[in-house]
Amino acid sequence: MSSLSVAAPLPTVARQAPKQWGRLTLIGAAWSVFAFFLLLPLVIVLTEALQAGVGTFFSAIFEPDALAALRLTLLAVAISVPLNVLFGVAAAWCVSKYEFRGKSILVTLIDLPFSVSPVIAGLVYVLLFGAQGLFGEWLLEHDIQIIFAVPGIVLATLFVTVPFVARELIPLMQEQGTQEEEAARLLGASGWQMFWHVTVPNIRWGLIYGVVLCTARAMGEFGAVSVVSGHIRGLTNTLPLHVEILYNEYNHVAAFSVASLLLALALVILLLKQWSESRINRLRHSGAEE
Amino acid sequence: MSIRRFAFAALAGALFTTQALAADTLLNVSYDPTRELYQEFNSAFAQHWKAQGKGDVTIQQSHGGSGKQARSVIDGLRADVVTLALAGDIDELHRLGKLIPADWQSRLPDASTPYTSTIVFLVRKGNPKGLKDWGDLVKPGVEVITPNPKTSGGARWNFLAAWAWAKKQYGSDEKAQEYVTQLYKQVPVLDTGARGSTITFVNNRIGDVLLAWENEAFLALKEEGGDALEIVVPSLSILAEPPVAVVDRNVERKGTRELATAYLNHLYSEEGQRIAAKNFYRPRNAKVAAEFAEQFPQLELVTIDGAFNGWKEAQPKFFSDGGVFDQIYQAH
Repeated sequence: MSSLSVAAPLPTVARQAPKQWGRLTLIGAAWSVFAFFLLLPLVIVLTEALQAGVGTFFSAIFEPDALAALRLTLLAVAISVPLNVLFGVAAAWCVSKYEFRGKSILVTLIDLPFSVSPVIAGLVYVLLFGAQGLFGEWLLEHDIQIIFAVPGIVLATLFVTVPFVARELIPLMQEQGTQEEEAARLLGASGWQMFWHVTVPNIRWGLIYGVVLCTARAMGEFGAVSVVSGHIRGLTNTLPLHVEILYNEYNHVAAFSVASLLLALALVILLLKQWSESRINRLRHSGAEE
Repeated sequence: MSIRRFAFAALAGALFTTQALAADTLLNVSYDPTRELYQEFNSAFAQHWKAQGKGDVTIQQSHGGSGKQARSVIDGLRADVVTLALAGDIDELHRLGKLIPADWQSRLPDASTPYTSTIVFLVRKGNPKGLKDWGDLVKPGVEVITPNPKTSGGARWNFLAAWAWAKKQYGSDEKAQEYVTQLYKQVPVLDTGARGSTITFVNNRIGDVLLAWENEAFLALKEEGGDALEIVVPSLSILAEPPVAVVDRNVERKGTRELATAYLNHLYSEEGQRIAAKNFYRPRNAKVAAEFAEQFPQLELVTIDGAFNGWKEAQPKFFSDGGVFDQIYQAH
């Protein structure tokens, strides 16, 4: 398979040799756009962060407010990602294994957070749980704080990350159909056994890919979280919000140091994504060959 | 149990255990340019509180555009004290949120304003466009940077300072409105807060002149060194009075009234006044003011009460929906 795909284009290129410059310009353009819009900013973040030396870099990262922001960001990820996995699997299951009315509406609604601006997502929670909001008085009476506290930040993160796992799983599970599950049931498996031994192994890599995307978004979310955060230093600032605060305080080195911490986390996630993506492709190809 | 799993658990534990809440905490919700002031004042107050035998206190800070911060407190941000850019924003806490009584401003000395400031111009070194007074700002080709008066308290002081000068210069409200309309036509970016505008002007090098809090202008000069920028003091400006208040409904719920009151009172102490002056706010205390007299240029200052009959009249007239600002900015 792979040897074929390399060998196949060769004769075409040879035949169209005069047009090769077109290909080269396109590739060159793609690379220069990539270098200018992606690579250059990354390099700038790192050079700004390290311009005052490694010592300043690490002291900015290990400063208590930065650690508190890291802790809050990881907490938001740790809560929102598992919940999204649950929701994503359930939604994808519904959509791919059952036929019911309003299915296409459900699929469309899952995508809503992609199209709604994060600021609106944040404001919706303020309107629901803020002191002037729908549940405001009740929450106040029971001394429960959602907005401008950790629960609000988790909710906002959840909202913007809802589609990731479901979006990844729906096409995968639809492609796989229900045959294997039906076979499992016929052979006497319980519902749980069927799910655990047939469905999960089949969707494993898609699930991991969705989780990786979801984690990346949860860590980086700025808009929705900014609206519900209240910006209390060391308490309700996530890493992206902390970067903005440091920048606004003329503290460029610290801002870019913390930014490069976010960047490092993002790179780890990117590698995970690449890895799970290649696994999915291999799985699909082996499936196709069977 | 593998070592790896143990290490992971230990790491997770270290990350997620919240600090023991032994110390009292106080949340000060403030506006944009006071970051440096309250950083210094908070540690001074914590020492003062401890020296009185009241134990440790942790002061949490939140900063942002003044109007936005007031909105957050109304929406449920549990501030013990607010230290905002203008009385109009704190009035909203009473009007919309019933968080404080109507007479909040008479509860502390000097109309609850422990320090004042004014509005000055920050220009590029050498003042290449020759901007000396408000009249020069509407010359063709001059770009003016100021934040959005809808969200920023500093921007409202900027607006009113410009209005006050034009009214004195040209003699009528109509002429003043013409001048201010032209002024806002020359604003390329409206940021949401004073700090955003400063960054736009100083770091992103957009615009020829920044209308800024005096303290913000001094701070920008200090941070960026004196070789890129200079301050121009106009012939007339406004006495900007950023007031402070205890948020009654919140301190009663949290039981922090004594702490919150002591915190604000300490702003009026000699130590508090000196910290304010060091951070380029004009102190109220006569003795401290004399110490720092050389730092602050002398200029004619109108007051919000004298020239505009107070915020209760100025806020709806100029900045509410459909007010003067909306009219002139829509025309643009």
